Amino acid sequence: MAAASTQPTPVASLLHDLQQKDGGSVCVEDISVVVEGIMESLRRDLSTADRKVFVEIEGLANFIASTKRDIAALRPDEVKDDFLPAATDELDAIVAATADATHKIMDSAEAVEGVAATADKETAVILTDAANQIYEACSFQDITGQRITKVVNALKEIEARVDSLIAAFGDEIAEIKAQEAANPKKTDAVDGNNSDATLLNGPQLEGEGNSQDEIDKLFD
Amino acid sequence: MKTFLIVDDSRVIRIVARKILQELDFEIAEAEDGSDALQAVQRQMPDAILLDWNMPVMNGIDFLRALRKLPGGDAPRVLFCTTENDMDHIRMAMEEGANEYIMKPFDSEIMVAKLSQVGLL
Repeated sequence: MAAASTQPTPVASLLHDLQQKDGGSVCVEDISVVVEGIMESLRRDLSTADRKVFVEIEGLANFIASTKRDIAALRPDEVKDDFLPAATDELDAIVAATADATHKIMDSAEAVEGVAATADKETAVILTDAANQIYEACSFQDITGQRITKVVNALKEIEARVDSLIAAFGDEIAEIKAQEAANPKKTDAVDGNNSDATLLNGPQLEGEGNSQDEIDKLFD
Repeated sequence: MKTFLIVDDSRVIRIVARKILQELDFEIAEAEDGSDALQAVQRQMPDAILLDWNMPVMNGIDFLRALRKLPGGDAPRVLFCTTENDMDHIRMAMEEGANEYIMKPFDSEIMVAKLSQVGLL
């Protein structure tokens, strides 16, 4: 009896192990193990009050397991591998396209200034004023570029957090993926209900999709 | 003719500022970042500097600190020109020796008003 009281319980031992591990941070898997341990020790001697606690803890364990499955079903791996990089590429393309367009507009404004230099005084003033207004309006490109860069940085932060989520739910995600592979979803095409949304991928990023030349060849 | 150094990594902003300042009869030099600007001021100290905050290699505030330590570096009027509009940034710029603070986007009217305030017009 005395020997048994000095022996750490399995749960106490598990808690001790957890405290020693990873600088005190505990992952969801480890919590499940502890809960399972508590349930196991409760099974040995259950009073009515104990049973109530047991049921509550079992409910909690089931809730954790169900939440894990729900989060895994959201497929955070897809968010990290597909959606976030695609969103970042689209934003980069916006910055590049607006920069390119802005430079062309400014070059055109310089051409207008060139014409102003050869025009009569009254016309020259009008053209120069117009060119100056074009230049000033073009400064929007710098501002939008900086704003989009902030959004890209926010996406990178989200990516890092999703990464942690994937690390915590790796097994569940693999399970969901295996289930999806075994039971592929019916596509709209299979259903015979092809909506435009499933077909639209434009605008294409630089170097992706079909070029105008390739499309023209299909009509030749 | 007074000299003006425009320091900004955006070609668009440099062109817009150059057009406005040339109209106001300044002689213009340009730099793409703080490091580039530091070399420029060591070759020739300008009368005024239009300075962006966020730039690669060396940002605006680091350039300003380095500028003010140079011989004759306390002379140029420095106008920060940036999208950073919170009080912390503005206060830091003033403490490091900026003379004015212009919010982007700017136009010729704002530029004229700010240049007048620092005695450049």
